[in-house]
Amino acid sequence: MGEEDYYLELCERPVQFEKANPVNCVFFDEANKQVFAVRSGGATGVVVKGPDDRNPISFRMDDKGEVKCIKFSLENKILAVQRTSKTVDFCNFIPDNSQLEYTQECKTKNANILGFCWTSSTEIVFITDQGIEFYQVLPEKRSLKLLKSHNLNVNWYMYCPESAVILLSTTVLENVLQPFHFRFPPKQAGTMSKLPKFEIELPAAPKSTKPSLSERDIAMATIYGQLYVLFLRHHSRTSNSTGAEVVLYHLPREGACKKMHILKLNRTGKFALNVVDNLVVVHHQDTETSVIFDIKLRGEFDGSVTFHHPVLPARSIQPYQIPITGPAAVTSQSPVPCKLYSSSWIVFQPDIIISASQGYLWNLQVKLEPIVNLLPDKGRLMDFLLQRKECKMVILSVCSQMLSESDRASLPVIATVFDKLNHEYKKYLDAEQSYAMAVEAGQSRSSPLLKRPVRTQAVLDQSDVYTHVLSAFVEKKEMPHKFVIAVLMEYIRSLNQFQIAVQHYLHELVIKTLVQHNLFYMLHQFLQYHVLSDSKPLACLLLSLESFYPPAHQLSLDMLKRLSTANDEIVEVLLSKHQVLAALRFIRGIGGHDNISARKFLDAAKQTEDNMLFYTIFRFFEQRNQRLRGSPNFTPGEHCEEHVAFFKQIFGDQALMRPTTF
Amino acid sequence: MAAAAAGAGSGPWAAQEKQFPPALLSFFIYNPRFGPREGQEENKILFYHPNEVEKNEKIRNVGLCEAIVQFTRTFSPSKPAKSLHTQKNRQFFNEPEENFWMVMVVRNPIIEKQSKDGKPVIEYQEEELLDKVYSSVLRQCYSMYKLFNGTFLKAMEDGGVKLLKERLEKFFHRYLQTLHLQSCDLLDIFGGISFFPLDKMTYLKIQSFINRMEESLNIVKYTAFLYNDQLIWSGLEQDDMRILYKYLTTSLFPRHIEPELAGRDSPIRAEMPGNLQHYGRFLTGPLNLNDPDAKCRFPKIFVNTDDTYEELHLIVYKAMSAAVCFMIDGGSEKEPQFKFIYFNHMNLAEKSTVHMRKTPSVSLTSVHPDLMKILGDINSDFTRVDEDEEIIVKAMSDYWVVGKKSDRRELYVILNQKNANLIEVNEEVKKLCATQFNNIFFLD
Repeated sequence: MGEEDYYLELCERPVQFEKANPVNCVFFDEANKQVFAVRSGGATGVVVKGPDDRNPISFRMDDKGEVKCIKFSLENKILAVQRTSKTVDFCNFIPDNSQLEYTQECKTKNANILGFCWTSSTEIVFITDQGIEFYQVLPEKRSLKLLKSHNLNVNWYMYCPESAVILLSTTVLENVLQPFHFRFPPKQAGTMSKLPKFEIELPAAPKSTKPSLSERDIAMATIYGQLYVLFLRHHSRTSNSTGAEVVLYHLPREGACKKMHILKLNRTGKFALNVVDNLVVVHHQDTETSVIFDIKLRGEFDGSVTFHHPVLPARSIQPYQIPITGPAAVTSQSPVPCKLYSSSWIVFQPDIIISASQGYLWNLQVKLEPIVNLLPDKGRLMDFLLQRKECKMVILSVCSQMLSESDRASLPVIATVFDKLNHEYKKYLDAEQSYAMAVEAGQSRSSPLLKRPVRTQAVLDQSDVYTHVLSAFVEKKEMPHKFVIAVLMEYIRSLNQFQIAVQHYLHELVIKTLVQHNLFYMLHQFLQYHVLSDSKPLACLLLSLESFYPPAHQLSLDMLKRLSTANDEIVEVLLSKHQVLAALRFIRGIGGHDNISARKFLDAAKQTEDNMLFYTIFRFFEQRNQRLRGSPNFTPGEHCEEHVAFFKQIFGDQALMRPTTF
Repeated sequence: MAAAAAGAGSGPWAAQEKQFPPALLSFFIYNPRFGPREGQEENKILFYHPNEVEKNEKIRNVGLCEAIVQFTRTFSPSKPAKSLHTQKNRQFFNEPEENFWMVMVVRNPIIEKQSKDGKPVIEYQEEELLDKVYSSVLRQCYSMYKLFNGTFLKAMEDGGVKLLKERLEKFFHRYLQTLHLQSCDLLDIFGGISFFPLDKMTYLKIQSFINRMEESLNIVKYTAFLYNDQLIWSGLEQDDMRILYKYLTTSLFPRHIEPELAGRDSPIRAEMPGNLQHYGRFLTGPLNLNDPDAKCRFPKIFVNTDDTYEELHLIVYKAMSAAVCFMIDGGSEKEPQFKFIYFNHMNLAEKSTVHMRKTPSVSLTSVHPDLMKILGDINSDFTRVDEDEEIIVKAMSDYWVVGKKSDRRELYVILNQKNANLIEVNEEVKKLCATQFNNIFFLD
């Protein structure tokens, strides 16, 4: 297996912490993604490390018994420590507030606290075996205020900090899940709302064993902006399923939870789940490999649920060398390979893998480059890549690759890829346009929901494709020109199909290629059907081609005329061709002859060395002067002295027009 | 006189007036170089219509044209005479290829009047015909011939005067019958192409279709796409498309429209090839796609004759109003890029693709005499030694000559390959041996 084959990797810079051992307890807080290393109950120090902060927080606290749970509130304002099953202790980390600990006992009698979650910097939820209690912490008063509570039997709980949803397992089979959602309107006390409960269907089990839903088989994660409950349904010998599967329940903000997707694993054994870049990653410990699923890719829909298969063949996470730090790096000791898929690994959502025994916290990452070669179907590859965060350069390289001599794709494939790119591009342009219109209409103040559309990396516009793909492609000498033109036309066709205005430089590229291969008649036909849209630069380009292809002159003039904003250019073109009279007639036809420069026309007329033409032009301007100013003479500002002299020299003084007097 | 005739048309005598449109009197093609001496004049004539005309009259008419052209050339060396006006007819001259002259004689329109004594009076309308129109018709005759047969010169190269005469006879015999001289007008001068108006998106989709089709069928070299007899796309260059368009719209399409208009059960319709459930069918090309042994009938066309001289097969497919012309490489029938002479001393077997005809009097070879001399030199070398050997000679321009002697067999190959090197030439000869002499043991 070559290195280019691994599509999953552990992040390069893991969070490192002191290994778990009898005197050092390690805790992980999913909300802040912090690792707590608590030595001797805190007496000899607590070290808190997060993924972003390179400066760990360290402090000491009195050893008041075994720590069961320890978490900072959001923004590290208040520390909560659970040491008993009835109480939680608090300590302020806000400057100027007392650092003396204070304690809160759960309200429900005889209840045991299973755990707690911070839902904001000052709000906390206690989960007990008899329900949940939602408190506001008042740090300056060193006390808590109960906001709301709810009673029900709880087996276990799960918290998804991103969506602020707590899931409680109830009933004997543990498979009825009750979600609660926490909302935090700014500057107000949070609210707690109960969402409809739902039941997870348990696989049929032999009668001897009591079926139940294990906490280990449930995960919550946000995928494509929607909250899902992921249930790992193990293979049951009684059913005829071919292996374990992951069932995705969609948990909407409003309405009931619905079973939406089933990910077929086709294997059995121990699994762990992660969600990375909206992909569901399923690790399989027995084979030490992982597979990924993308619920946006087309699957088999049976009327209610969509079945998905792994996007790619199973692969191990890329082998990882434990970096050597400290004095060991000085000695020439080689880096130690890390044991992957170790049984000591603990996986957290969305993308965290912790090895408590080794003292590492990694973020799992998806590498896109290897996938390019693992997914031969280019259309599916594009569908996949376009949904990824860091996709731009990979997509561009796929485009370049499919146009390369060795890996050349067929035109229908190329067309599909272009269509997919432009579909994304058009979606963004539309969003951008409706935003602009809404802003113009003044809705921005009234509607806070109005947000400027985010340009993701999946938006590849014409300049991206031009710069990174097409401009290099057309330069390739070995490429048959027929293919080059077909590809350019396919891209232009795709843009047109999505009603995206084609940029001038793409047209220029087409023209350049056609001209290089003397395919003028082809160019002529394209222009005839307005495939290459009218523009001034294009018209000028055509003019420059006249010496190679005379009809280009006509094409250019037609284009300038259609543009209707290019009258000056038309005059210039005609003058440059010494068609002075035609230029004058044209400008008179559009009513612009009172503003033109007499000098320019007289210059052009003189250059023709046709005296009668010069006479005609000269007379025209004399008449214009007469009409506009009541005198046929030129004003000094017109700088026509030289032409007046020339006129006199050829036709004599008496030929000059006399001012008409009344 | 024309005005008088027009006036008479509405007069009381109108009923007794008969009008005859212009008609083709004769049409001939000659080359003065082919019979420069007296007594050989007949050799100049390559084609003459009507063929029934007596030989001496043919010779006279050709001679007259030659004389007129020659005579007028003294006044205008660069622009020789284009037409000759006489009372009864007009003659049009065209020299499409050097020294090849085409002449078309058109009779002026006639009005036959009844004189007072009851005798018919014939009036020739001398000024009715437009020179430019009929000169264009004549030029078009050549273009049409060239489209299907290539240039005159090419026919000469391929098989001499005999072949050229055959081709001319075969083509013009039929083509002249389709000239409707009475209905020629300004449009024949233009020889224009009518384009189908189309929105950009549909046009791009047609482009895309053509590109994809040409990619997946790489034998298709050019494609033209028409709708309602109007052009949408031409991969051919303008001049070639112009004449092809003329052929399609005035000959091929009209010929096939009748069965199409006929009802499904009509007997004409029954002869139509292809699947009746489907509206698409090949106008030229395979009669039945499902039968691989079915006859394929499609014309050969010659394009870019000034330049690359391509020989193509024209396959036309029509579905409803849309027609696609696939022009596929005629390369399969192309002359091989090599020629060879083979001789086996053991059984005296001899084979030559160098010689076209060998009679006691003439030996016509298709290669340059210099090359033949090189072959002879190699042969002398071979006779001098007994061992097997191989000699490779780089001859003039792009030619390579290879002599191979192997166990009393001799093979001489003339290759025409641009920019080839020794290794490539050697490879080519090996390939040739593999294809042409695969049942013979050649020592390497």
